[in-house]
Amino acid sequence: MMRRGQWIVMSAVGAAGAVASLFSGAAQAQAAPRKLRVVASFSILADMVREVGGGAVEVSGLVGPNADAHVFEPSPRDAKRLADADLVVINGLRFEGWIERLIKASGYRGPVLVATQGITPRLLGREPDPHAWQSLVNARRYVENIRAALVAARPALAAEINLRSADYLRRIDTLDASARARLRQIDAADRRVVTSHDAFGYLAESYGVTFVSAQGWNTGTEASAADVARIVRQLKGQKVRAIFVENISDPRLVQRIAHEVGAQVGGTLYSDALSPPGTAADTYLRMFEHNVSTLLAALTTVRR
Amino acid sequence: MSLALTLHATLLQPFVEFGFMRRALVACVALGLSGGPLGTLLVVRRMSLVGDAMAHALLPGAAIGFILAGMSLTAMSVGGFIAAMAVAALAGGVTRWTSQKEDASFAAFYLIALAGGVMLISTRGTSVDLMHVLFGSILAVDDASLFLIAGVASVSLLVLAVVARPLIVECFDPGFLRAVGGRGGWHHQVFLMLLVANLVGGFQALGTLMAVGLLMLPAVAARFWAHDIGRLSAIAAGMAAFSGYAGLLLSYHSQLPSGPSIVLVAGGIFLLSLGLGTRDSLRSRWWRARQHRVA
Repeated sequence: MMRRGQWIVMSAVGAAGAVASLFSGAAQAQAAPRKLRVVASFSILADMVREVGGGAVEVSGLVGPNADAHVFEPSPRDAKRLADADLVVINGLRFEGWIERLIKASGYRGPVLVATQGITPRLLGREPDPHAWQSLVNARRYVENIRAALVAARPALAAEINLRSADYLRRIDTLDASARARLRQIDAADRRVVTSHDAFGYLAESYGVTFVSAQGWNTGTEASAADVARIVRQLKGQKVRAIFVENISDPRLVQRIAHEVGAQVGGTLYSDALSPPGTAADTYLRMFEHNVSTLLAALTTVRR
Repeated sequence: MSLALTLHATLLQPFVEFGFMRRALVACVALGLSGGPLGTLLVVRRMSLVGDAMAHALLPGAAIGFILAGMSLTAMSVGGFIAAMAVAALAGGVTRWTSQKEDASFAAFYLIALAGGVMLISTRGTSVDLMHVLFGSILAVDDASLFLIAGVASVSLLVLAVVARPLIVECFDPGFLRAVGGRGGWHHQVFLMLLVANLVGGFQALGTLMAVGLLMLPAVAARFWAHDIGRLSAIAAGMAAFSGYAGLLLSYHSQLPSGPSIVLVAGGIFLLSLGLGTRDSLRSRWWRARQHRVA
């Protein structure tokens, strides 16, 4: 009986606390507009939203740094974060196959921004290639879409958001120009590299680098001996300059192939995820810069 | 002549042209050589599922090794070995000190280890590398893994030569050995240690799940062709090596993932043996039944 009594007292205290916090929350909301809670499906989008939204938003990414969005397994906490969100930003182009089920399961009913809308995707067979952020030209589109969605959600902060996005776009343009200039220094015929997953199609298209991939476009599938044999043959024939390991796939396979064809492993390229905060590729722009300079370093040192 | 060329192109050329195919084949043959006798002993000792349990028991150890040292062969192997041996020791201990049957305590501890492993992997968000390791990549076998596999196979065969006799005697005359030392005897521990070592070697190449397939399927299939342990072991080893060879060719010519191809070939051999084997297979049973009716 003692125990039950204690329970009742405790729940009463708890309930009172909850009611109190409800009121104080309401009071705060009147004082300053609450930060817009944005959930982005993966780390690169989260970074873009953070750049554009600044202090007006509170961003969290579902798939974290160095993790693979193709094979992500959401946890209940992810569903809860979605349910509490004001805006959800996804890449689209079938990049996050799990997101629709997760959104439905979480009960989230707010707007879903598809950041790639307006971008004409490359096609891989009949499927769109989702890795559109690997070109800075497309990144402009992402930023524009994010800006519009944030302004629609917080019209009062439109001026600040527009200013931030204009600044971000300027930085994107600067990097774009410098990447093009630097890559142009290498003969088009020598800009030929290998990665373990076909994620750099847009980069290849925009900057004239040829990527040969070892695995088709999906990291979720295991490579067959036929795929690896095809790559090895191709590389021996084409005199590929450098082979790169990505941050999200099996480095051993890439190393094996490099060994087989006698090429160098050129370092790590970041494809679908940023690196953890405080490391070389922890923002979208730093990631892009890292990829370009890693490519350049490998292509210039291997050329002899 | 053209037939010979076609056969050469189909059956040999992939291994001649590509180093990774040769390495994968060597890894499979080595795994098969020690897996044959080990699997056979597991089958005759009625421990066919223990291999599976041990393979899952590796998980938390390999995960801890990965978390501490990254993609290090040594760390993951040592971790996996320790975790699986701990599960074996705990299961053995519970069997000795309580009335619990060995399979029941094995099941309990390996499930705990498995859940612990999955927990460790899931809480470290960046688990992609580890997933590749757990599902193996036989095409990416490097020097270190190859030495580990070959070393484990050699040591296993040597040690088995010493402990095989008590292990076999125990299967057929448990009373005798229980009188001398019992099931928890040293040879049983050595046997489990060899089993775990082979699984640790195998999971580098095939992943924890597929490694058990290459260990058990040939051993079970061999039972339809022979009876005495020596011949069973030899047949199982041969079947495992052939599964590796044929599975790699299948993966090469039909663009299928390699690990499952190898194990599915072993599965196909098992089904063929079940149907057509000379001992106690469906065919020989049907044959005998017919002869009885005629006579």
